[in-house]
Amino acid sequence: MIESDAFVQAMQNMGVNFFTGVPDSLLGGIIAELMDRRLYTPAVREDEAVAMAAGAYMGGKIPAVLMQNSGLGTSLNTLISLNLIYHQPCILIVSWRGQGGKDAPEHLVMGEVMPQLLDTMKIPHRTLTEHSAIEDLKWVAETFMKQRIPVALFITKGVVKGLHP
Amino acid sequence: MRPEQGTLISRAQAMAALLELLTDQPVIICNGFPSREAQKLADRPTHFYMIGSMGSAPAIALGVALAKPQKQVIAFDGDGNVLMGMGTLATVAALKPKNFIHVVFDNEVYGTTGNQPTISNVVPLEKVAKAAGYMNVERVLDLDDLVYEFKDMLKKDGPSMLLIKVNEFAEDAGRVVLDPPDITKRFMKAIE
Repeated sequence: MIESDAFVQAMQNMGVNFFTGVPDSLLGGIIAELMDRRLYTPAVREDEAVAMAAGAYMGGKIPAVLMQNSGLGTSLNTLISLNLIYHQPCILIVSWRGQGGKDAPEHLVMGEVMPQLLDTMKIPHRTLTEHSAIEDLKWVAETFMKQRIPVALFITKGVVKGLHP
Repeated sequence: MRPEQGTLISRAQAMAALLELLTDQPVIICNGFPSREAQKLADRPTHFYMIGSMGSAPAIALGVALAKPQKQVIAFDGDGNVLMGMGTLATVAALKPKNFIHVVFDNEVYGTTGNQPTISNVVPLEKVAKAAGYMNVERVLDLDDLVYEFKDMLKKDGPSMLLIKVNEFAEDAGRVVLDPPDITKRFMKAIE
């Protein structure tokens, strides 16, 4: 399991210096670490977080947005009609609730369709694993720089240490 | 029938007066007629014209304001837009960026789609902002008050909201001409 502080440090080492989002339990450890480091700007909705990140990007920051995958539904229009058409990149750190059909009912549909949803939107994505973490983050950084669009990193249960290990 | 109808200034008149008081401040302008009118009145590289993502102008402006604390950042917004992204009033109020001015042109209609009514005739948006915790909030009906209050807000620590009651008139202004990626590039260079 990846430690939350190691994950946050790796993001900072990549140059990410603006973090916003809406919490999920799988992201609890990461957000606690970001708050400890005074790096986290909380948003009230995921589409607001995406728009705030776009503003921060234009102001010279490298932004990341944390959200539960349900937030992708909320953010759909902003990702399409702001980020994709204006070429404004951000790193989406998305918890994969409902993966493999094992979760509360409200997560099951999005958990099943999420990769195809992002494929349809032409947003590149990858799932973080412990053994490929360095490669995964390198891919995120390269995609962000080259394509200038949002790039998603999925966080599955048990990969990054949460609040309740 | 709105009580002020027939006596109000147009959004373009209000916007022209505001733009005269601005120089190189970043201005995020909401989608629909406001961006088109701003482009027609004074096209500046510090303008970020939105053509989609309705409701997001103040969130984008907030991101710019947090990234550029030394610059005063302005959002030009509409009543339909504020209602759509109302949560952002809370986010702004909680974060209290001193360099944030939220201008709302309130014509009580969705003008770009054919003047369907919003609900800002019964929900005073500046009071919502005030209750959330904006530092300075003013509601104005005419040009003299608008100029006086906006000048005052430019001198004060924010976050501030200037709500301007305007009529439904929309300028004959063409669509935003720049390609969206060029708007991003031009804006980023201008506010560097």
